[in-house]
Amino acid sequence: MATSTPRLQAPKPFIERPPAITGILAPDRFMKLVALVLFVGALVLPFITATPYIISILTSAMIYIVLAMGLNVVVGYAGLLDLGYIAFMAVGAYTSGILTTQFGLSMLETLPFVVLACIIAGVIIGGPTLRLRSDYLAIVTLGFGEIIRITANNLKVTGGPSGIHGIPTWSFFGWSFADGLDIAGIHFGPKILFYYFVLIVGIGVAVIAVARLGKGKLGRAWKSVRDDEDVSEAMGINGYVTKLMAYIIGAIWGGFAGTLMAGHLSAISPNSFEFLYSALVLMAVVLGGMGSTPGVIIGALFVSLAPEFLREFSEWRFLLFGVLLVVAMIFRPRGIWPANAVLPFLKKREIPQVPATEAVGVLGEDELAAIDEADEEEKR
Amino acid sequence: MSEATTQAAEPQTVADGGERIGRKLLEVKDLAVSFGGIKAVAGLSFQVHEGEIVSVIGPNGAGKTSAFNCISGFYRPNQGSVVFDGEPITRKKPSYITKKGMARTFQNVRLFKEMTVLENVKTGMHSHLGQNVLDAMLHTPRYRRSEEQCTEDARGWLDFVNFRADDELLVTQLPYGEQRRVEIARALATQPKLLLLDEPGAGLNHNEKNELMGLIRKIRDLGVGIVLIEHDMGLVMEISERIVVLNYGKEIADGTPEQIKQDPVVIAAYLGEEEEEG
Repeated sequence: MATSTPRLQAPKPFIERPPAITGILAPDRFMKLVALVLFVGALVLPFITATPYIISILTSAMIYIVLAMGLNVVVGYAGLLDLGYIAFMAVGAYTSGILTTQFGLSMLETLPFVVLACIIAGVIIGGPTLRLRSDYLAIVTLGFGEIIRITANNLKVTGGPSGIHGIPTWSFFGWSFADGLDIAGIHFGPKILFYYFVLIVGIGVAVIAVARLGKGKLGRAWKSVRDDEDVSEAMGINGYVTKLMAYIIGAIWGGFAGTLMAGHLSAISPNSFEFLYSALVLMAVVLGGMGSTPGVIIGALFVSLAPEFLREFSEWRFLLFGVLLVVAMIFRPRGIWPANAVLPFLKKREIPQVPATEAVGVLGEDELAAIDEADEEEKR
Repeated sequence: MSEATTQAAEPQTVADGGERIGRKLLEVKDLAVSFGGIKAVAGLSFQVHEGEIVSVIGPNGAGKTSAFNCISGFYRPNQGSVVFDGEPITRKKPSYITKKGMARTFQNVRLFKEMTVLENVKTGMHSHLGQNVLDAMLHTPRYRRSEEQCTEDARGWLDFVNFRADDELLVTQLPYGEQRRVEIARALATQPKLLLLDEPGAGLNHNEKNELMGLIRKIRDLGVGIVLIEHDMGLVMEISERIVVLNYGKEIADGTPEQIKQDPVVIAAYLGEEEEEG
């Protein structure tokens, strides 16, 4: 509108700030380095030990990380308690499972359909329910999770209780992981190739994307909705749209993890999507630290690998697992690695000391004197 | 707009704004809202212009904050109309109203507690940032540019409100006075034409209140209209161009500070009330 007032322009900052921290011990840079080292470690690992068992549980663990990063958007960033998150994984797994086994598509070709199905699922569950707050939303999502599982259990196209078998692994334009690959005389079997695929695409892309989203405009909008929804509205943020975005992005990540899982296990059944798994993923996020990327990765690794390490306790292992969780939450109530946490040995920012007298900086001396005069006049 | 003009705040009570006061920004007519049987606001009308400071005063429970909530879209008024910058906004969402150019602060400081000072202020710029989901995921040049600009603008506003602590601290680590400043900076970051301040002076000491007055004048000098709810009469009389007095949800007076000081109805409301309620 031509008649409307021009918008305010922000003044230029005029106070000197301490320089940004540089060097290897800058928290940001250090964490990136750690991530790189771990990533390289995971790349090298199959050369050290490549038993099918290790590769299989590590692949599952990485799929869990993708899943937990998706839930981190919903629960950690946007603060929406979702007790039926595994349903999105089911949507992704079944969509790709049905399309590959019954329509002959390759896994790669199913991806657009998976994304579409997850967006639709996210909108269907989010659209009508996101006006609800906290507890009510949790109950509705719990119901949604059960609806998806029971539907899958009863439809013919999903194979009923026995599910879908013989899902092919990923293939790209005619070349499949099942063919194996020989590079410089080293043979890479299908499972190892899939391991690398999940590592590079799942961790390399999905994790970084969510971590970055958390820092941008949408990330701030999510966190503001989580911290105080009313105030967030007062900042010009449409809470409904923002929450729906969290749901949709969470759903896409869940569906992608489902597709990976279908390719990994080559068989899916409704049992894989019980409430227990929703609870486990939620646990990974809460235990690790809501909204914290390193935390969620640690949480997902713990939740997926701890039962394996506790295998020797046979039937006692879930009891021990539970005790470990309780202990972890007692000693680290905000998660193992809370958001905003910085390792203690890293460089800290200098915090400028404010001289007490400077607190009256906006008014000049003359103006202050004038105000005092006016006060005295009033008293008279 | 520049720094130089902001220092030229008048030390004396401003009765006539002169040429500084611009076009009409906000027009509230016959505003009424009730909860159950209680009429929180029953017939409030006033106007605010560009570069004008209008105070809304009244005893506790007079309906001041309810009126604010109606104007900024948090409550739906039962009757009456609110026209902002030429557009009726009576039943619009708060986020829409903020985008149109009305910002507000809250009675008790309400910052985003899990976010840093800088992130809090950057959140205020939400509607003015040109970046989308893909930009953020891929860290495109557009994303970097908009984040850099956003950080600089946020720091500019923090300097403007005289925030002196570290801007990467969590807001919960700040003393109360600094939190108040961050809240005003965050509201300014939405680039408002009109700013609603709900008791900005509550809990501040004498020095901080003086500084707040200076800050409010500085904002006014940028051409922003300001509506102020405040209990500190000294502060109100000092900086307001006009004062609207509410009692039991009803508007009982509207005038310059001099007129209000001598208004028998206002005096009766303030003095009489205290005796009855003890």
